[in-house]
Amino acid sequence: MKTKGIVTGIVSNLVTVEVDGPVAENEICYIDLQGVKMMAEVIKVNGKNASVQVFESTRGLKGGDVVEFEGKMLEVTLGPGLLSSVYDGLQNNLATMKDVFLQRGEYTDPLDHEKLWDFTPLAQPGDKVIAGDWLGEVKEGWLPHKIMVPFSYKGDFTVKSIKEAGQYNIDTVISVLVNAEGEEVPVTMTQKWPVKVAVKCYKEKPRPDRIMETGVRVIDTLNPIAEGGTGFIPGPFGCGKTVLQHAIAKQGDADVIVMAACGERANEVVEIFTEFPELIDPHSGRHLMERTTIICNTSNMPVAAREASVYTAMTICEYYRAMGLKCLLLADSTSRWAQALREMSNRMEELPGADAFPVDLSAIISNFYARAGMVILNNGERGAVTFIGTVSPAGGNLKEPVTESTKKAARCFYALEQGRADQKRYPAVGPLESYSKYLDYPEIVSYLDETVEKGWVEKVLQAKNIIRRGKEAAEQINILGDDGVPMSYHVNFWKSELVDFVILQQDAFDAIDALCPLERQRFMLDLVLGICEKDFDFEDFEKCREFFKNLINELRQMNYSAYESEQFWAYNETVKKMTA
Amino acid sequence: MKAYQKIYTKLEGITKATVSLRAKDVSNDELAVVGGKLAQVVRIKGDLITLQIFSGTEGIPTNAEVTFLGEPPVLKVGEQLAGRFFDAYGHPIDGGPEIDGEPRQIGGPSVNPYKRRQPSQLIPTGIAGIDLNNTLVSGQKIPFFADPDQPYNQVMADVAIRADVDKIILGGMGLSNDDYLYFKGRFEAAGALDKIICFINTTENPPVERLLVPDMALTAAEYFAVDKNEKVLVLLTDMTLYADALSIVSNRMDQIPSKDSMPGSLYSDLAKIYEKAVQLPTEGSITIIAVTTLNDGDITHAIPDNTGYITEGQLYLKADTDTGKVIIDPFRSLSRLKQLVQNKKTREDHSQVMNASVRLYADAQNAKTKLENGFDLSDYDHRCLAYAKDYARELLAIDVNISITEMLDTAWKLFGKYFSPAETGIKQALIDKYWVK
Repeated sequence: MKTKGIVTGIVSNLVTVEVDGPVAENEICYIDLQGVKMMAEVIKVNGKNASVQVFESTRGLKGGDVVEFEGKMLEVTLGPGLLSSVYDGLQNNLATMKDVFLQRGEYTDPLDHEKLWDFTPLAQPGDKVIAGDWLGEVKEGWLPHKIMVPFSYKGDFTVKSIKEAGQYNIDTVISVLVNAEGEEVPVTMTQKWPVKVAVKCYKEKPRPDRIMETGVRVIDTLNPIAEGGTGFIPGPFGCGKTVLQHAIAKQGDADVIVMAACGERANEVVEIFTEFPELIDPHSGRHLMERTTIICNTSNMPVAAREASVYTAMTICEYYRAMGLKCLLLADSTSRWAQALREMSNRMEELPGADAFPVDLSAIISNFYARAGMVILNNGERGAVTFIGTVSPAGGNLKEPVTESTKKAARCFYALEQGRADQKRYPAVGPLESYSKYLDYPEIVSYLDETVEKGWVEKVLQAKNIIRRGKEAAEQINILGDDGVPMSYHVNFWKSELVDFVILQQDAFDAIDALCPLERQRFMLDLVLGICEKDFDFEDFEKCREFFKNLINELRQMNYSAYESEQFWAYNETVKKMTA
Repeated sequence: MKAYQKIYTKLEGITKATVSLRAKDVSNDELAVVGGKLAQVVRIKGDLITLQIFSGTEGIPTNAEVTFLGEPPVLKVGEQLAGRFFDAYGHPIDGGPEIDGEPRQIGGPSVNPYKRRQPSQLIPTGIAGIDLNNTLVSGQKIPFFADPDQPYNQVMADVAIRADVDKIILGGMGLSNDDYLYFKGRFEAAGALDKIICFINTTENPPVERLLVPDMALTAAEYFAVDKNEKVLVLLTDMTLYADALSIVSNRMDQIPSKDSMPGSLYSDLAKIYEKAVQLPTEGSITIIAVTTLNDGDITHAIPDNTGYITEGQLYLKADTDTGKVIIDPFRSLSRLKQLVQNKKTREDHSQVMNASVRLYADAQNAKTKLENGFDLSDYDHRCLAYAKDYARELLAIDVNISITEMLDTAWKLFGKYFSPAETGIKQALIDKYWVK
C-alpha cells in the first residue's frame, strides 16, 4: 500500500503534505495537479506533515491536492546508452521531448528500449559473483560497457545461466543468478540506483598515483590533477571558468566524461551540443560526444532538480568506474547547487548559517567530493572518477562559505584571478595562489619522474619560484622606479614574464595552442627554464624589455606552430641564437 | 474565470506589500482583487492565504472585498501589440484600444535546452567598443553595468535603433517619466514606432508592479519569436529596481535575507528572466539587453554579482579623462558569445586585433600609473600613451558609428603608427597581410 497525502501548504516549490502513513527522508512522491503528475522529494518530516521540494513549477497547485508516495528514493537508470545522451537533472532524456518548451510532468525514458546491443558473455555458469562483478559486455561506441551484477544485490550469488553472444535489447534477461538461499534472481542490462547513495562495489580506494593529462599547461605542468583526484576552479564571472572547463572536457585523458551543467547558462550547454559532435577526442580519435553524457539543469529550470543533477552525474560516473574505466566529472557550478540548498533551507525557515546557507553545507560538499577517487575493483582492475567543480564566489570574494567548504574537500585549487583576466592573460589561473596537493604525493612524484622526466617536480617548483621572484621584482620596480633598481631586478621580472607568456598563457581558441600534450609541455618548460638559468646583462632596462619582448614573441609563435614542425624548429633556432 | 466568485471580506494581516486571509480552494500564483487592487497568491498555509498586492496596501481596510480570479497573470497577444505602449498589467497607456488577442500566462515554462540552437548571428551596433571588443550575437543576454549618472539609456536606444531586428520590446521598470518620453521620442524620430512594444512602470507607479514588467515583455517577445519566427530585441531597464521590488516582497513575507538583504532565490529569479533569451531552431530569436545600475561602481553587490553569473557578459561605461568622452571600458566589458561570430561572420583578423589592441591599451594604463607616481617614462610608454588616446577617441567612444571592417582597419592603422609588429604579438601570417607601414 502506497502512502498517500494531501497538500496543506505551498511557498514557491516547497509544499507541505499531510500524510496518512510512513514516509522516508528523500522519498519520492508525485503530486497530482489536475491530472499532471509532478515529481517531488521529501526533505523534512514533522509529525504527520512532510515537507517536499517539487521538481516543477507549483503554479496552480491547491491545498487539498492529492499526493502519492513511491516508497523509494530518487533513482537513476543505468545501462548501455547513457553515453552521448542529454539529460535533465532527473535523468529525463531531453532529446526525446517533443515540445520546444519544457512541459510540467513530462518525464521521458533515459534509455532506448528497442535498440539491440552486441552482447558477449564474460562469466560462466557456476561462477561465484557479488554486486558489481562483470557478467558480460556490450560495445557502447568504442567503449566496452560491462553488464554487472546490480549494485543493489546483497550477498553472494552463483551464475546459473548466461545468454550466449548475440544481439539483445536492454530489457533482456542476460543472466540468472542464484543467491545463498537458493532463490533465482534475473539480471537485465539495466539497473537502478539511488543517486544520493555512493556506489561502493569495489575492493579498495587507494591514493591516486598518476596524473590525468588535460593538455592545459597551467594545470598539467604547474598544478597537475591526479587520475581519481579532486579539484575546483573558483573565480569571479568573466574570468574564463567556462572556457577552461570546456577545454578540460575536450582534452581530458578520460574514457568517459560527464558534464553537469548545474544552474548555468543554457547557451553554454548548447555550445557543447553543437561543438562536441564535431570534435575528435585527441586520445582515441573518436567523436567526443561518443564518450560524453550531459546532465543539463540550466539556471531557469526548477531549482530542486538542480540539486539532484550533480548527484545524478556522480552516480553515472561511479557506474562507469565500476567497469574499470577512467571517468571525468565536471560540474559547473557547485555554487548553484549550494544556492539551491539555501533556497530550500530558507523556505523551511531553518536557522541559517553563514551567508544564509544551511549549516551543514560543508559536510554536504565534502561528502560529495569524497565520492570521487581511484578504486581497485574486486577483479583487480582499476577505475577512476576525477572530479573538477567550479565555484562562483559571490562578488569574487573567496572568503565565502561555498569556496571555503570546497577548499577543505578538494585537493587541487585553480584560482582564477580578475587581474589576470583583465589583462587577457588566459587561462587566468593565478600561478602562486593555486596549488595541487598531488605534487606532494611521493607516488605522483615518482610517476612524473618516469613518465615525463627525471626531476620534473623540481623543475615545476623552479618555475614557480621564477614567477615569485618576478613578482617581488615588479613590486620593487613599482616602488622605486625603473631607474631606482639594479638591472638584475628587471631581468628577474622579465624572466617571470617569459614563464607567464610562454607556459602559463595558452590560447584556448587556437587550433594548435589549445591542446598541449605533456611531451610538448616538457619540451617548452625545459626550453624556458634553460633560458631563465642564463645570466643576462643589458645596458639599460629599455634594452632588457626589448630583448625579452622579442624573445617572448618568438616563443609564442612556437606555441602557435605544430609541434616538431619545420616552422616550430625554425622558431626554436631563432630562440637559440637570441639567447646564445 | 470561475463560474461564481466567492467574496471574502476578512483580512487577518496586512503589511506594506502583502495581505493574508483565510480562504478555500485557492491555487498557487493565481490572481485576486483586494479592495479593487490586483494581487497574486504567494503563500498557502492550510487555509491561510498570503497575497502580494502589486500597487501596495495603502488604504486597504481589514474588511476589504477579496475575490480570486482563478488564474495567474496573462497577456493578450497578437500582431496588434506592435507599436503600442502598456502598463505593467498589459493595459494600454497610449489611449488606444485594449488588445483583442489570445491570453497567454506570463512567466511560462522554459525552452528545452536541447531544442535551442547555437547563437550565430551578429548584431552590429556601429559602436566599436561593442562590435570590435564585445561583439553581440542574437539570442544573447547582456546587461550594461552603469552608475546612475551614465548615459546608458541613450546607448541602449542607439543599439536598439541600429540593430537589425523585427521587434523591439522595451520593459521599463522604475523608469523616470523623462526617460520614458526620451525612448518614445527616439523611437518616433527613427521611424521605428511600428516595431516597438513598451511595457512601462515609471517611478510614479508602485514598485511591486514592476515585478510583472519583465514577464509581460518576454511573453510578448516569445509570441513574436516562437509564433511568428521574428528576431526580437528586449530592452530591460533597470533590473536593479526590479530586484529591489523582489526584496520588498520577500521581506514582508518574513523570509530570511541572504547577501545585501536580497532574497535567497535572487539568482533563480533573475535567471528565469534572462534565460528567456534564446535562438530558436527556427529563425526566431530573443536577445536581451538590460541595465543594472550600480552603487558607485560596486559590482560585488548581490544584484550585479548574480546578474554577471547569469548573463553572457556585461558592458561597462566609463568616462575617459584623456579624451573627455564616455567609452565602453575594454577591460571589464565582456561578450561571452563573441567568439561565435568573430573571424567567422567578421574578418579573419578580428580576434587577434581585438586582443592586441586591448593589451596595448593595458600597457598604456601601466605607463599612466608610472607617470602618476613620478617615474620617468620609456619610449615605449610614451608610444603607448599616445596610442591610448587615439584608441579611446577613434574606437572606444560611444559616439563612434562605423562598420566592423572600418574598425579593424582603424586598429591596424594605429598599430602601424605607434608600434613594431613584434610589440603587438599578433600571428605572423596576419601581420604579413594587414600590417600598415
